Amino acid sequence: MNTKVLVAPSPHVHSGDSIQKNMYGVVFAMLPALVFSFVYFGMGAIIVTLTAVASCYLFEFLISKYLLKKVPTITDGSALITGILLAFNLPANLPIWIILIGALVAIGIGKMTFGGLGNNVFNPALVGRVFLLISFPVQMTSWPKPLGFDTAYFDAQTGATPLALIKEGLKKGEPLSQLMHDVPGNMDLLMGNTGGSMGEVAGIALLLGLAYMLFKKIITWHIPVAVLGTVAILSGILHMSNPEAYAGPLFHILTGGLLLGAIFMATDYVTSPMSNKGMIIYGIGIGLLTVIIRVFGAYPEGVSFAILIMNAFVPLINVYVKPKRFGEKRK
Amino acid sequence: MLKTFSLGGIHPAENKLSASSAIQVLPIPETVSIPISQHIGAPATPVVKKNDEVKVGQLIAKSSGFVSANIHSSVSGTVFKVDDIMDASGFRKTSIIIKVDGDEWMETIDRSEDLVKEISAGKEEIIKKIAEAGIVGLGGATFPAHVKLSVPPGKTAEVLIINAVECEPYLTSDHRVMLEKGDEVLVGTQILMKALDVDRAIVGIENNKPDAIAHLTKLAGNYKGIEICPLKTQYPQGGEKQLISATIKREIPSGALPIEVGAVVQNVGTALAVYEAVQKNKPLFERVATITGKSLKNPSNWKFRIGTPVKDLIDAAGGLPEDTGKIVGGGPMMGKALTTVDVPLTKGSSGLLLLPREEAVRKESKPCIRCGKCVSVCPMGLEPFLLMVLADKKEYDRLENDAVMDCIECGSCSFTCPANRPLLDYIRLGKGKVGQIMRSRK
Repeated sequence: MNTKVLVAPSPHVHSGDSIQKNMYGVVFAMLPALVFSFVYFGMGAIIVTLTAVASCYLFEFLISKYLLKKVPTITDGSALITGILLAFNLPANLPIWIILIGALVAIGIGKMTFGGLGNNVFNPALVGRVFLLISFPVQMTSWPKPLGFDTAYFDAQTGATPLALIKEGLKKGEPLSQLMHDVPGNMDLLMGNTGGSMGEVAGIALLLGLAYMLFKKIITWHIPVAVLGTVAILSGILHMSNPEAYAGPLFHILTGGLLLGAIFMATDYVTSPMSNKGMIIYGIGIGLLTVIIRVFGAYPEGVSFAILIMNAFVPLINVYVKPKRFGEKRK
Repeated sequence: MLKTFSLGGIHPAENKLSASSAIQVLPIPETVSIPISQHIGAPATPVVKKNDEVKVGQLIAKSSGFVSANIHSSVSGTVFKVDDIMDASGFRKTSIIIKVDGDEWMETIDRSEDLVKEISAGKEEIIKKIAEAGIVGLGGATFPAHVKLSVPPGKTAEVLIINAVECEPYLTSDHRVMLEKGDEVLVGTQILMKALDVDRAIVGIENNKPDAIAHLTKLAGNYKGIEICPLKTQYPQGGEKQLISATIKREIPSGALPIEVGAVVQNVGTALAVYEAVQKNKPLFERVATITGKSLKNPSNWKFRIGTPVKDLIDAAGGLPEDTGKIVGGGPMMGKALTTVDVPLTKGSSGLLLLPREEAVRKESKPCIRCGKCVSVCPMGLEPFLLMVLADKKEYDRLENDAVMDCIECGSCSFTCPANRPLLDYIRLGKGKVGQIMRSRK
């Protein structure tokens, strides 16, 4: 026999799954929300998205090639996800130079300082967003109104988010039942007819993305269900204790970045726990912190902080929360 | 809802190309090389020497301990020499090489095709006959069958489980045996039940073999205490622990044997061999194997004499395809890659898979993206990503604490990993080292 054959240990076949398939699967799942943001925020949304994506790619390429001196791996699709997620977290009228800073922080500090894909502790897009929120609070909280396809970019009409309206009103001592007349109804919230960051407004589009990712087995149900369930239960208890001071569960779930965070940010592979049990603990933590920050904190919105804080606990969760072992000796 | 095991599992492409090909008989070669170690345990001791005349079924190497197995000649002819030759593992092993002359069987063997249903042998005699016939687990693990049937004092067997799962992709030999030798398999099962003193046997078959399920269910009506249990197609259901979990919902504790939960598992091919040994006095010197592959001309199932060269089986199926990149002894998930086709087929040869080059080459390993898919598919509830890192960093204490020794090496993790990481390779290294450390502690 002259044929040369390969010799390697089993298994000899592979599922054909790849990092790219998973990453582009997530990108595909984000498309409905992206389309909604283009429809509601028009030109501004397109400019912000393109800038964020292009700069994430550029910074990842430059940093890998010239600082880390290794072959850039930008084709894996992770920079695309970070770019789109960063855009989703920004107002659609944010000046371009601020977006560039956000992308540099997200990719440079959030991802590449740790060694690139797979090694980062915090969700890169959220690192970028929180950096901008703290550094440029005015620009980062002037939300353009969703006016249909608007071609205006810099002089778009702006307004507050429902969460901010409620928080301001409650601080002034107005009763919640009064304030609820000023915010969009649940149907409007679900369809995205409200102020907010680009990707967070259309609940229905985000839920579509979730359904796709679950169907394609890109993610499991554990994290989104744990986050949303915890928020629903906790805000439900608060609401029942005093309906005039605390908004109800549906309002909390549909407003702000909760759906975006629970579906696309908290489920980031690299920065979430490995075991199902761990994922549930992590999700509950995010839900708890979100409600605490929203209801008792200074910021109207708390999802980003909640996720970043829980990201820091992931290594600890991975060490102490083990999956259920087969045939484990019961004590 | 069909039954399956409790944790993890995958569903690789089944590729049962040879499922509809009836078992054919492979021609007897001119020479056979019969290794004296075809089982787990001590190698057998040769009892023939150069120029001895042997008949088909004659004892040529004797079991050398409790965990060992007799070896019989698969042909009639003259012993050419007893020498070290390379076997399927790639190592040189002592083998008895016999030049074939005719096909003269031992007179004690009943060569008729008649089904003998009446089991006259008693419990002790059955176990003795099985040991004498050199029967080992034919699923691939090749553990001597009589050892499993000798229940240790203080333990009781409650149920016999027949492993007819054949969860490895491509392989179809068990499937064909069930279709063509259904009655023999069920009589063999009853013999095993008698040996174990149990009145219940469960035959676990995955539902990708509906014809085998239907056929055996029909036949099982004539046999007392045998249930046919259809299972959801899920790899690695053929693993003992997984099969027990799937059929009787019991979990073998870490480090323990099936008897701990009152179960004994035997392969369906083993049940056939037991029938032949006890009812027909025929030792184990032939078995059925699948030869398969996407580029192979004629994927098929063959009954071969032990010691036949691998090359003969390939030639019978149309020859080695041009694009062959890997020759796997066994299935694609747990089989061993062969270095050459000039090695003998043995008791453990359940199949031969010829993989095309493009499927045989592993893709480049990428950084772990911590997706957790390896954790969710692990049927033992382990964390393959972590075990790989710990093995690489030589952290053997932590490896042991994280239950590396529970790994059954099914390969589900490496199969699934989107980053193509060689998880199982590293875990095997770690297991080897931790095993050494644990043994030295005793």
